Amino acid sequence: MPKSVLYTVETRKKLTHDTYELNLSGDTSAITKPGQFVNILLDGLFLRRPLSVCDWDDGTLRLIFKVVGDGTRQLAKVRPGDTLDTLTGLGNGYTLTGRAPILIGGGVGIPPMYALAKAYLRKCVLPRIFLGFRSPDDAFYIDEFRELGCETAAAYGSTLVTDLIRDRQPAYDHYCACGPEPMLKAVAKMCRGVGELSFEARMGCGFGACVGCTCRTLTGNKRICVEGPVMRSDEIDWEAL
Amino acid sequence: MDTKITLSGLTLDNPIIPASGTFGFGREFAAFYDLDILGSFCLKGTTREPRYGNPLPRIAECPSGMLNAVGLQNPGVDAVIEQELPEVAKIFRKPVIANISGFSIDEYAEVAAKFDACAQVGILEINISCPNVHAGGMAFGTDPKSAFEVTQAVKKVTRKPVYMKLSPNTADIARVAKACEDAGADGISLINTLLGMRLDLRKRRPLLANVTGGLSGPAVFPIAVRMVCQVARAVRVPIIGMGGVSCARDVIELMMAGATAVEVGAANLRDPYACPKIIEALPGVMREYQIEKLSDIIGCAVKE
Repeated sequence: MPKSVLYTVETRKKLTHDTYELNLSGDTSAITKPGQFVNILLDGLFLRRPLSVCDWDDGTLRLIFKVVGDGTRQLAKVRPGDTLDTLTGLGNGYTLTGRAPILIGGGVGIPPMYALAKAYLRKCVLPRIFLGFRSPDDAFYIDEFRELGCETAAAYGSTLVTDLIRDRQPAYDHYCACGPEPMLKAVAKMCRGVGELSFEARMGCGFGACVGCTCRTLTGNKRICVEGPVMRSDEIDWEAL
Repeated sequence: MDTKITLSGLTLDNPIIPASGTFGFGREFAAFYDLDILGSFCLKGTTREPRYGNPLPRIAECPSGMLNAVGLQNPGVDAVIEQELPEVAKIFRKPVIANISGFSIDEYAEVAAKFDACAQVGILEINISCPNVHAGGMAFGTDPKSAFEVTQAVKKVTRKPVYMKLSPNTADIARVAKACEDAGADGISLINTLLGMRLDLRKRRPLLANVTGGLSGPAVFPIAVRMVCQVARAVRVPIIGMGGVSCARDVIELMMAGATAVEVGAANLRDPYACPKIIEALPGVMREYQIEKLSDIIGCAVKE
């Protein structure tokens, strides 16, 4: 169930030239699964900006985002003590399926993989991590994944995350991916079995009212903000996206 | 403080009505508050057949507003009546407003006839102003003659009050409103969204897959005030005013311009609590402007 929460900025950290980490404090009770997102109201902008949850616990929330437009530019300037009017606990999240999952993240699709890795570890399941970055300068969180105890590999530039997986030949029974659409498509094409993919969309409300982000799938129309952002790889109609 | 208003015999506790297409069938908002505080609410625009609508992206940010090009996504009238209305009854105990769209005069009449049989539906709002579908939609609402014909066809098949929802994308909205009144419309709803467009500078292409979309939000509020006023001077039937309403003061302003009730649209998407906040603020704002009875101010600023 979504909730409206006023979060307080605790820390802001620059991870790369255009990627930031925010640690917030406030009510996180609406967040129940890794892969969910929050939707933040910013000064002078009409629509909220959706951001995936990187990590959370009782009372704190971590977000990682890349500066891509007016909303994220403003968010990159917040200071400790600032408050953010946020809708929280949005979207469905990952199902934590499998005993040997691989988690695949590309660019700003990497943050939700962190909470997902931690959630698998709490179930005594050790996921393997595959990350894709545009360049070594764009890399973040490789060490953080390794500190969790996960074997973590990174691909850069023209080497794709799918090349990396093909190369390493990991044994896996499930896969979860978040990243740009071409990456999700390549992952779904290459990986065996049914995986979970997280999609991005321009949203009006983020809680299902405006149907501005409804996509066609093989199992019917789905609102990316409610029935997604995580969808099964076998229900995606790649032609209709 | 008396916030009650009456639309064609239907008395609402207050004039606040979430607008069609910004409130779904109410479910998403029932997670945030008790919907019974609302005057009424407008169901998602309904057509005869189920519709997916337009491809993504359908939404774009704008200065003080947004563009949408959803394109009347809805499950079709039969599913709305059989599946959605019983669900609505669980979360809202007052009469709702059904919003109807069509691609032919027959389609409007057929959908209206089906809603006519639903006790839960207090008013039919006939959308002849959707800018996001090609053929039909707005084409009926920009020309007085076809607006007359749709109104007449719908009036023939229903005893419920019929409110024609008009487009601002027309040269003379007062003439269209008058044509609807002449054809027997019980009221006029206005304004629908204004046709707009944005570009994606990186891709050098239109941002919306549909190319154009409807502009809503505070940016359009002054246009709504002007058009409600123009229509109020042209017709005697009640008006439901809408367009960029985001606070209790806006409600008072639209009512002074001639609206009997006020729909709140885009504000619901930005803040799910937009309507409860407006309803809570209304008595205080009424006191500020020495308004004892809200219905007293309807059209007070525009009487000639």
